[in-house]
Amino acid sequence: MKKGKVSIREHELVPKHEIMEEEEEKELLEKYKVKKEQLPKIKFSDPVIKEIKAEVGDVVKIKRRSRTAGKFISYRLVIE
Amino acid sequence: MRTKRIRGMKFGLLSPKEIRKMSAARIITADTYGEDGFPIEMGLVNQRIGVIDPGLRCKTCGGRMGECPGHFGHIELAAPVIHVGYAKLIYKMLSATCRKCGRVLLGEGYFLFSVTDADAEIERELNKGVISEELCDIFKTNDAPLSNDVGVTKEKNGEWVVVTGKKMFIIRKEEEELSIYDAGEKRSFLREIELQREKQTDVGEVVKRVFKEASKKGVCTYCRDYLFSTNTARLENELNKGVISEKLKKMFVTRGCPLSKNSAIRKEIDDNWVITGKEKTYIVKKEEEKLNIYCGVPQRVIKYDKPTTYVEIDEEERERRLMPTDVRERLERIPDEDIALFGMHAKDARPEWMVLTVLPVPPVTARPSITLESGQRSEDDLTHKLVDIIRINQRFMENRDAGAPQLIIEDLWELLQYHVSTYFDNEIPGLPPARHRSGRPLKTMSQRLKGKEGRFRGSLSGKRVNFSARTVISPAPDIDIDEVGVPEEIAKELTIGINVTERNIEHMKEVVRRGREHPGANYVRRADGKKVKITESNYEALAEEIDIGWKVERHIRDGDIVLFNRQPSLHRVSLMAHYVRIMPGKTFRLNPAVCPPYNADYDGDEMNLHVLQTEEARAEAKILMAVQCNIISPRFGRPIIGAIHDYITGLFLLTHGEKRFEREEVLEILKKIDIDDLGEAAGTFVSPSGIEVPYWTGKQIFSRILPKDLNLQFRGKMCEKCIERGLVCEKEKCPHEAYVIIKGGEIISGVIDEMAVGSFKGRIIDRIFRQYGEEAAKRFINDASRIAINYILQAGFSFGISDEDIPREGKKQIREEAVREAEKKVDALIMAYEAEELEALPGRSLEETLELLIMQELGRARDAAGEIAERDLGMENAGVLMAKSGARGSMLNLTQMAACVGQQSVRGERIRRGYQGRTLPHFKPGDRSANARGFIKSSFKDGLSPTEYFFHAVGGREALVDTAVRTSQSGYFQRRLINALQDLEVKNDETVRETRDTIVQFKYGEDSVEPSKGEYGKVVDIDEIIREAMGAEVGA
Repeated sequence: MKKGKVSIREHELVPKHEIMEEEEEKELLEKYKVKKEQLPKIKFSDPVIKEIKAEVGDVVKIKRRSRTAGKFISYRLVIE
Repeated sequence: MRTKRIRGMKFGLLSPKEIRKMSAARIITADTYGEDGFPIEMGLVNQRIGVIDPGLRCKTCGGRMGECPGHFGHIELAAPVIHVGYAKLIYKMLSATCRKCGRVLLGEGYFLFSVTDADAEIERELNKGVISEELCDIFKTNDAPLSNDVGVTKEKNGEWVVVTGKKMFIIRKEEEELSIYDAGEKRSFLREIELQREKQTDVGEVVKRVFKEASKKGVCTYCRDYLFSTNTARLENELNKGVISEKLKKMFVTRGCPLSKNSAIRKEIDDNWVITGKEKTYIVKKEEEKLNIYCGVPQRVIKYDKPTTYVEIDEEERERRLMPTDVRERLERIPDEDIALFGMHAKDARPEWMVLTVLPVPPVTARPSITLESGQRSEDDLTHKLVDIIRINQRFMENRDAGAPQLIIEDLWELLQYHVSTYFDNEIPGLPPARHRSGRPLKTMSQRLKGKEGRFRGSLSGKRVNFSARTVISPAPDIDIDEVGVPEEIAKELTIGINVTERNIEHMKEVVRRGREHPGANYVRRADGKKVKITESNYEALAEEIDIGWKVERHIRDGDIVLFNRQPSLHRVSLMAHYVRIMPGKTFRLNPAVCPPYNADYDGDEMNLHVLQTEEARAEAKILMAVQCNIISPRFGRPIIGAIHDYITGLFLLTHGEKRFEREEVLEILKKIDIDDLGEAAGTFVSPSGIEVPYWTGKQIFSRILPKDLNLQFRGKMCEKCIERGLVCEKEKCPHEAYVIIKGGEIISGVIDEMAVGSFKGRIIDRIFRQYGEEAAKRFINDASRIAINYILQAGFSFGISDEDIPREGKKQIREEAVREAEKKVDALIMAYEAEELEALPGRSLEETLELLIMQELGRARDAAGEIAERDLGMENAGVLMAKSGARGSMLNLTQMAACVGQQSVRGERIRRGYQGRTLPHFKPGDRSANARGFIKSSFKDGLSPTEYFFHAVGGREALVDTAVRTSQSGYFQRRLINALQDLEVKNDETVRETRDTIVQFKYGEDSVEPSKGEYGKVVDIDEIIREAMGAEVGA
């Protein structure tokens, strides 16, 4: 990142994105009995994805605040 | 059922060959029926292209009317004509292709640079699909930097294709060195289109760019005019280096086509050299050891005259019309491989097919003629149009064969074009619509499909249905909320088919015996499926004849379940199941409590009713769609059905304070509901008749309809939010009776208002629904509305113009204290502003600050006026009572009527528009005072001054426009949302998935709570459970 530029990940409205480990990913797919392609998607060009340097094919874990549930965890597959 | 997935869809053009192949008959006669009344051979109502006359058989398939689906015919056009639907595309194609060779005017690849000292490593890497760092640097030094997303693929011919961003390079191995070429526009575009295809996305945007780029080119480098030859090996070397030698330049000069100073040369991928000259482009080509120099063919500008004429303008600005034959010839020349650039497949859609030589004739079944009462035949509009086409076509041929002058031929050609154009679309701008003899414009192809009444929206997405009725609605507070009053007249038209069985045969006989009198029947269907209409003359006989296995179409009657609907059907409660109740009159009757879900009122609203025809449908409606199933809205988890208007007023009056009722009075109020126990009297009092009698309070009367063990506490509409204001809530001792406590089904304290029983709020309804079920909730609403109406009828309730009267004192106070003070303050602010003493608020200009302060001040003025009015209008005022109880209107409405209307605004600002510097000529320019900028100090009761009236209209118009814009926008937005979400499903693991089982949400609503089942957004209401468990006192 360029000097003097602020990371968008520090903004309060940007939820926390994490690249998932392979093991974790497997568990997730097992839990919902889905293939990777059936997960919600996120574009590779998404600013946060670029910042955490996720690759196409990675699954990211998104922790965000939820109006109904307080905290909510979602998962997205990085696509082109 | 096995579901199948649509993999793709292919659109194409009909080729002349296909049209002829699918044609069952060639049509040459413009006539339809002969003198014998039979369709004539070769005519437009040809017996080989379908039958519409009963008794005749199709000569193609042998089917009778109704069996034969119809077959296409065709007309051989004497001369080609442009298909109007493709006229614009044809224009774009003509502009984008060479007038001579038909190639798309996009450049081929050209030489960039070569890598001489390439080691084998680079090549190996390339084969692996990797660009080595070294090569990357080489690209960079040659002004062709590669971006990060670079990819290499090896082609069959040994080339490597490098793709980076939108650029594309080709690497070729030539004599031990690697030559790098720019792939050129044509190849890049083709690849882009291919990529879009793979991604199954729209190629339209790329194609648009193809047309744009290709139309810009003024010259074709594919075909060329020979200029001269030369034969020097040195020249070739120089050319390869990208240098134009003096010698070559001279050669050009001597041939009369000098090159300009900035002429550039580049080597193309197929070993030509292209020199861009002053106005022309030259191609140097090595052929048989000679260098031949050609000149690229210059293109001409093509003008498109709507709707179907193309004109070519040559170098000397002369215009020449391109006849459809010319157009067709040019389109024919476009090679198949270039067609992909237009996003089309040459196999399915050759461009020349857009110029018609053969016209398909739709089967007669698609354009049936109708027989008028006079016995005369009236043909369909399409047939009329086809008659025109054939007539002109015939005339054209005759004239041409007779060798008529060109002018006449061209006129006829134009006429044929007109008829064919209007046959497809009769609403082409610039063309007068073809008309019927009566002057009515013909409804041709496009008009049949297009628009609201067209085939798609009018016949496929929506159709008219049977067993339905529509009429005006009117109120009926004494019918149940799940009933609908149906006029007898309508009940006699709507029927339910009942199968006759052993058990109901006697009843069905009875029904048929009544004939068409109300609880009768309209039709019977015999066991063999034959339908017989019940008439005056046959009902008795039919009633005797009825047997098991027959079906009787009997009238609907009390207790039948029907669907009731009001448009716009924005949510599921816009369509609910009601039970029929036959009533006199001509309107549907509806309990006012069910108006909110339908968003209905009785100012002329009409509603639709649908009679359910199968047992399954009736069961489903009863279990899922009945009114009581939908009391709680899934939108916000509160009742959407509940008391409104007078229901609330009535209950409020009844339960307000300590009203005392004698036994007879109590019975009078409760007479319409099923109560057998009045409960213990509250005490005794001396009745108006002078004797001491027991009495019941209004709260007790209302408590009769509450479940015996209901415990509930909440704050009502009257609550003044003491806690939020830092005061203590006095609960049961609340001076406004706003704290409602219900214990063991008795109201201990509080008054029943909108919060308790109203739609959208209704805490009591909500609780009864959850705790005692939908039947109990329905009963409660029914009972509450009956008590309310009974009581308000007795007590009397009215609101008139005099209810807006404020005593003289109050009036004066409003005028002097509220309004005049504010005006003074506003003037002071303006003075301060003009004296430049005003200080700007952070982030605002001085002017904005002034406006803001004035707005605040005037807002306060209105509030102050309202407060004064409120003080003078107590709870005994009907308006105040309605506003406070939530029955209708707000205190603001009352303030505006009685005290002061207040500031009018447009876009949140005071009114500024009008003349320069002033709103109206009544004021001086630059007047910023309250009066001059739309402050209305009068009340509606007093009446508005002329200027005030005008300002009110200005503000009012904005509100009107806003609602109009909002409804259309939100309507479309909702439609898009529905289309996007309609197939989503909540699965057993609580995930929300779409049809391919792709997850949309990992947990429904993120908390797995269905709003109508949870407690106000939570799974459970813990406070309430604790209260319930510990006894009502704790935690209250």
